[in-house]
Amino acid sequence: MRLIPLTLVAAAIFGVLLTGSLQRQTGRSDTIQDLKRIYARKHVPSVDHKKFAILQKKFSSPQEVTPACISCHTERHKEVMASTHWNWSREVYLPGRGIRDIGKKNLLNNFCIGVSSNLQGCSKCHAGYGYTDNDFDFTDARDVDCLVCHDNSGTYTKTSAGLPSPEVDLNFVAQRVGRPQRGNCGTCHFYGGGGNNVKHGDLEQALLSTSRDVDVHMGTDGADVECVVCHTARNHKMLGKMYSVSSMNQDRASCEQCHGANPHADGVINQHTVKIACQTCHIPTYAKVNETKLAWDWSTAGRLRDGKPYEVEDADDNPTYASIKGTFTWAKNVRPDCIWFNGTADHYLIGDPVQPGTPVRMNDLHGSYDDPGSKIVPVKIHRAKQIYDPETRMLIQPKLVGNRKGEGAFWQDFDWNSAAAEGMKSVGLPYSGRYDFIDTVMYWPVNHMVAPKEKAVGCVECHTQTNSRLAKLGGFYMPARDHDPIVEWSGMMAITLALAGSALHGAARIVMSRKRRAV
Amino acid sequence: MRRRTIDFYKAFERFWHWTQAILILFLALTGFEVHGSYQFLGYRQAVLYHTTAAVAFLALIAFAVFWHFTTGEWRHYVPTRQLLRAQLEYYVAGIFRDAPHPTKKTPHSKLNPLQKLVYLGLKILVIPIMVASGLLYLFFRYPQAKGLMTLAGGRLVSIALVHTAGAFLLVAFVIAHAYLITAGETPVSNLKAMITGYEELEDHEEAAVSVAAAGD
Repeated sequence: MRLIPLTLVAAAIFGVLLTGSLQRQTGRSDTIQDLKRIYARKHVPSVDHKKFAILQKKFSSPQEVTPACISCHTERHKEVMASTHWNWSREVYLPGRGIRDIGKKNLLNNFCIGVSSNLQGCSKCHAGYGYTDNDFDFTDARDVDCLVCHDNSGTYTKTSAGLPSPEVDLNFVAQRVGRPQRGNCGTCHFYGGGGNNVKHGDLEQALLSTSRDVDVHMGTDGADVECVVCHTARNHKMLGKMYSVSSMNQDRASCEQCHGANPHADGVINQHTVKIACQTCHIPTYAKVNETKLAWDWSTAGRLRDGKPYEVEDADDNPTYASIKGTFTWAKNVRPDCIWFNGTADHYLIGDPVQPGTPVRMNDLHGSYDDPGSKIVPVKIHRAKQIYDPETRMLIQPKLVGNRKGEGAFWQDFDWNSAAAEGMKSVGLPYSGRYDFIDTVMYWPVNHMVAPKEKAVGCVECHTQTNSRLAKLGGFYMPARDHDPIVEWSGMMAITLALAGSALHGAARIVMSRKRRAV
Repeated sequence: MRRRTIDFYKAFERFWHWTQAILILFLALTGFEVHGSYQFLGYRQAVLYHTTAAVAFLALIAFAVFWHFTTGEWRHYVPTRQLLRAQLEYYVAGIFRDAPHPTKKTPHSKLNPLQKLVYLGLKILVIPIMVASGLLYLFFRYPQAKGLMTLAGGRLVSIALVHTAGAFLLVAFVIAHAYLITAGETPVSNLKAMITGYEELEDHEEAAVSVAAAGD
């Protein structure tokens, strides 16, 4: 009877443990099935383009295909011609700079630097035909390339000046158009920067056919969805921003589109979504199949062997050096860096001054803990060393691509001086005749290669003192990551004193009592 | 010296004491895992158990407060300077000579002056601060989350530091407390009393005499 209270103690503790355990046993396993039912439906085309007479007549140039498309889709070309896939720029508001017209057309990046004076090569990824210089007529609808995005035959490829390769059978392709598939988007978005997975790290050819372990959405054993299921389009305006060229917090594709704001069964995890983007936990690593480029040093470019350019490859067949481009660093299964981001970005605009000794931020992603619109997002940080003018203190737009030697193109002549002069002339900026190289850095938000939920980042990968994923982020306290040295020191001291004091006091009592007994 | 066995610790008192003891230890175990001091239960589990144990602790406190006031037991915690020095001297010197305890346990005065002071400090200072900072920690919200303002009006860091400091203090207290249990009549008599409730005491008159004697 005396021990009833102690039984109650045991009962109370058992209650605590039971309640604690039950709290995490609620689940919503049906949700993923619901989402699959809605979004992973197979697309069934509503027309068969093979049956249209106008697509039967022999096309001798791609510019004849486009009017055929327009003859039925009478307004679609206008939508394309209003899009960034066509214009390579858009009007944006940049805080502190005002309204600017910026995009791929005039921004510099950390890879092949910029398109100006290089359009012959770069326009391979333009949704049009013949964009070879600044005089391209952006109002001529015949130059809209419908096929690059809508070819469902898988035989359409583009070559220099954005024209289809000579071996493409235009009639065959035109009769097999439809909703864009992975390969359509991937033909440009997988190979940006001059090779597979060079730029993004999370977008590459492995996604054409992959497993859910690599990408839970695109894996054939996962949701197996096309890009356009998330990157939905209205009037040829697609959701989704890449902040190499985008600046404003609008028209972004988001996980929440399908998953909602609070998709977890665990309330504490849902609370995390206030400050942490889904991608931060659900993309533990990127470049899971093939390596991505993490660094690009242009300053070593131009070395020749027997007067000829050469390449050095590593064990994975990735070039670590190329005479035309310089030295590269590649990596696979990369843990993303984390930054605060509110969806707005500034960019290095051509002509902006640079500070020698300070890395130039090619794109500056805005955000902070204190900003209510900011979340922690994972990014790939790409570092480079690129050419600049120490006199004018501007980054240099070099001319890289040329048809023949003697035009000043670096990839033909391997002479930085003439490449710089030609390139800067194309953007209407001065070049002093002197060049040097400066560190540049670029941030690429990582959004793809979402892992299955059981492989999501666990608590202690961030909530830890050692090597936390969020180690570099300041301005807030995070349990387990942050410790106050004074509290820790005095706390440990208090415990040590209590232990040592008890031990010494106890030992002294034992010794003294033995002495007394011995007397 | 006449001795008799009396029902010293009431049933609720013992239930309260041991539940509190286990909850504090469990809160420390889970709390320091959340603090990142070690990995044991798993971080998510540690957070869940810590919260659940905290809620249980709050319920226990509610019952304990009610019990202290309705039974008048709160009087045991009214601090006194009388014999405080003697009690200190006993722990520093007397205990080694096997000197008698300067204060005697009686049902009317269960605690020695040092215990009164320390336990009162726990009751009105350390535990309320731990409860308050714990609740703030638990219900701290980012200021912009659905219009909720932070309850602390400041950053989580100050709340967390206070809560952590208090946790260290409580652990140190538990260690010292566990050791001082052995400083009773015999090394296990205090422990036995808190488990069974029975305490073997000297007669009241004896106690009164010894109080007077220790006063000089």
